[in-house]
Amino acid sequence: MSDTLNPEMTQVPEMEEHRDDVGARLGFWLFLYTEIFLFGVMFILYGVYRNKYLDEFQKAAHDLNKVIGTTNTLILLFSSLTVVLAIVALKKGDKGKTRDLLIVTMMCGLTFLVIKSFEWQAKFHHGIHLQTASGIAEGHGSPLLTPGDEMLPQGEVLFYSLYYIMTGTHALHIVIGFILILWTTIKLERGSIDKDNPVVLENVGLYWHLVDVIWIFLFPLFYLVS
Amino acid sequence: MTEPNYLKIPKKYKLGILNWLLSVDHKRIGLMYMFTMFTFFLVAVFIGFLIKLQRLFPEASGWEIIPAEMYGQVFTLHAIIMIFLFIVPGAPAVLGNFFLPLQVGAKDVAFPKINLLSYHLYLFGAIMAIVGVLLGGADTGWTFTPPYSIQTQTISIFGVQFNSISWMLTAAFILGWGTILTGLNFIVTIHRLRAPGMTFFKMPLFTWSLYATSWLQVLATPVVGMTLLMIVIERFMPVGFFDPSKGGDPILFQHLFWIYSHPAVYIMILPAMGLVSEIIPTFSQKTIFGYKGIALATCCIAGVGYLVWAHHMFTTGMSEFAQFAFSLLTFLVGIPTAIKVFNWIATLWRGAIKLDPPMLFALAFIFNFSIGGLTGLFLGSLATDIHLHDTDFVVAHFHYTMFGGGAFGLIGGIFFYFPKMFGKFYSFKWAKISFWTLFVGFHWLYFPMFILGVNGMPRRYHTYPDIPLFNKLQMISTIGSWVLVLGVILIIGTWVYGILKGKVTEEANPWNSSTLEWTTTTPPTLYNFPEVPEVEHEPYDYGAFLGTASEGGSHV
Repeated sequence: MSDTLNPEMTQVPEMEEHRDDVGARLGFWLFLYTEIFLFGVMFILYGVYRNKYLDEFQKAAHDLNKVIGTTNTLILLFSSLTVVLAIVALKKGDKGKTRDLLIVTMMCGLTFLVIKSFEWQAKFHHGIHLQTASGIAEGHGSPLLTPGDEMLPQGEVLFYSLYYIMTGTHALHIVIGFILILWTTIKLERGSIDKDNPVVLENVGLYWHLVDVIWIFLFPLFYLVS
Repeated sequence: MTEPNYLKIPKKYKLGILNWLLSVDHKRIGLMYMFTMFTFFLVAVFIGFLIKLQRLFPEASGWEIIPAEMYGQVFTLHAIIMIFLFIVPGAPAVLGNFFLPLQVGAKDVAFPKINLLSYHLYLFGAIMAIVGVLLGGADTGWTFTPPYSIQTQTISIFGVQFNSISWMLTAAFILGWGTILTGLNFIVTIHRLRAPGMTFFKMPLFTWSLYATSWLQVLATPVVGMTLLMIVIERFMPVGFFDPSKGGDPILFQHLFWIYSHPAVYIMILPAMGLVSEIIPTFSQKTIFGYKGIALATCCIAGVGYLVWAHHMFTTGMSEFAQFAFSLLTFLVGIPTAIKVFNWIATLWRGAIKLDPPMLFALAFIFNFSIGGLTGLFLGSLATDIHLHDTDFVVAHFHYTMFGGGAFGLIGGIFFYFPKMFGKFYSFKWAKISFWTLFVGFHWLYFPMFILGVNGMPRRYHTYPDIPLFNKLQMISTIGSWVLVLGVILIIGTWVYGILKGKVTEEANPWNSSTLEWTTTTPPTLYNFPEVPEVEHEPYDYGAFLGTASEGGSHV
């Protein structure tokens, strides 16, 4: 690198970061599309199987705890509000308030996960896991199924399968969102996000909203339409 | 002293290879894709060679090159490598990465680091797939159709059972994210980083094709990614999304699979069409006929092509209305495709045609793809499809479009851009010899398969009964495969020799082409252009280009 005979050689710089906020936003929206398509697959499955096993889906949905579902919905809605307020605070240049609001958002995410895990545990406790449907448990070697467990009809198994996988994927997104917000908060503390450069926080906010919106669809499909 | 070219920039890391593996320069990433992809390509060609060798022998002969119980793993491996590791990344990953920023006059793609991440995902997924093969691979065919893909177990080379199909599916998921991020990067690059003066309708046609392809990548790939993951979940947990014995619907899987995998064939072919649209005007020294027609036809193919997936499933018992609708839409794709072929041929009309190696490949593309496209209509019409479904006819059609089209276009594109990429020339003589070997071998191998298919030879069968017609055609086809393999080796040899010992050139525009990427130095510098270029005329305006070139002025 230190080729003194050839000054031009040393001038070949590191790949400089070019800054393009509109581009960053456009790219992030495209990424959000891919997430929607990813969840879309599962929503299609839900639609098809609900149509096929309507009675069993209704019965299973009836057994889900609406209070827990509603609480979690409110928590997520509130966290979306705090993210928006954080962005507003950042644009006003209030760094301390931005940080506090982001911490509140993360706390909401954590609370959501804790409640979700209690809900799942209660389900497990009642013997509802990804069970095999009646009549074919034998030979599949399900590690979750102990002999004597009551087995569910096919439609309810599909309902709970979708329930676990869709809310599970959603919970995974909450975890990713949590990590992203944490990373943003660290960037904020270090000063690489500020009033003039808010695009990272805006994009992370969009991601959090997406996670929120997906839950808004999951909640009625699993808890309310019974 | 001018700025050094991208191959000669000062080293950042002591360990030489890290200067490539960790470089965010789009040109180096393009070359890395090229080397990795063609390595896998050679492996898969060899596997294809073995498959053809196996097909030389009817059941009664008693000869077996590949044991019957391994045959499924072998043809699946051929397909997985060729599709996921070679032709889907294909032209966008190699030439798109290298030339998209050059064609629109940008310093790099919009997100250079994400671009490198795409390559790392590709490499990681590829290594995972290879490890999966050692652990037993998959014998499902590349379509992973359930319920077979949920139940089947393969034996690894160590003689132990391992859940290698889940492994392969996860690899495909990771590879999928590589393509999604590349597509995302290209869309943002095209929207945001065009040089001053370059409006959408002044973009070169390769860029147009990349634009359409990128949208397909972003919109289609996540669907298949999630669907494949659900098969993984089904293999690990006792749920039955797609398993009819547990209440699931296997046809639903096929819909979700083909929603991606049909657009994927346009991901494979559109960039090759874009390359042909670059090569033909250059070697005719003539403005392309119907520039806007080709650009819009590209978008039409992508748009309509997104909606034809169920023509893969005419035999699964869909409603008659759905069959009718999907058949009609399939025929509609033929229209923009025909527009393109017409425009290419009209460009040749009264052009100053020069049959250099890239042009030979472009013309072969038109020839091969016409056969591939027209036989596609046989498969798109309902009645004939019932007869031809799952026969060698389908295999021949697919190879005519993907190999005769996609790969010929990509290889031709590499011959076209070779001097710009490496600053060296390959041997024209050997390039032409290898072209003719490949071209002859290609038709020799695949054309008999059309006749075999019409006469009822099923695809994916290990062997066949001792029927004289089958024996004869299979033998012709297998001998053709030897010629084709020779052609592939000659092409790779021509490239390697060209890179190592080719005639050095610093000519910016050796083919006298009118598009923007040829105005910069050969090979380009790290930031592509010494100063930001201004675009004034349309990309294929050879009138303006030749006029100003003869006056010695700058033409862009």
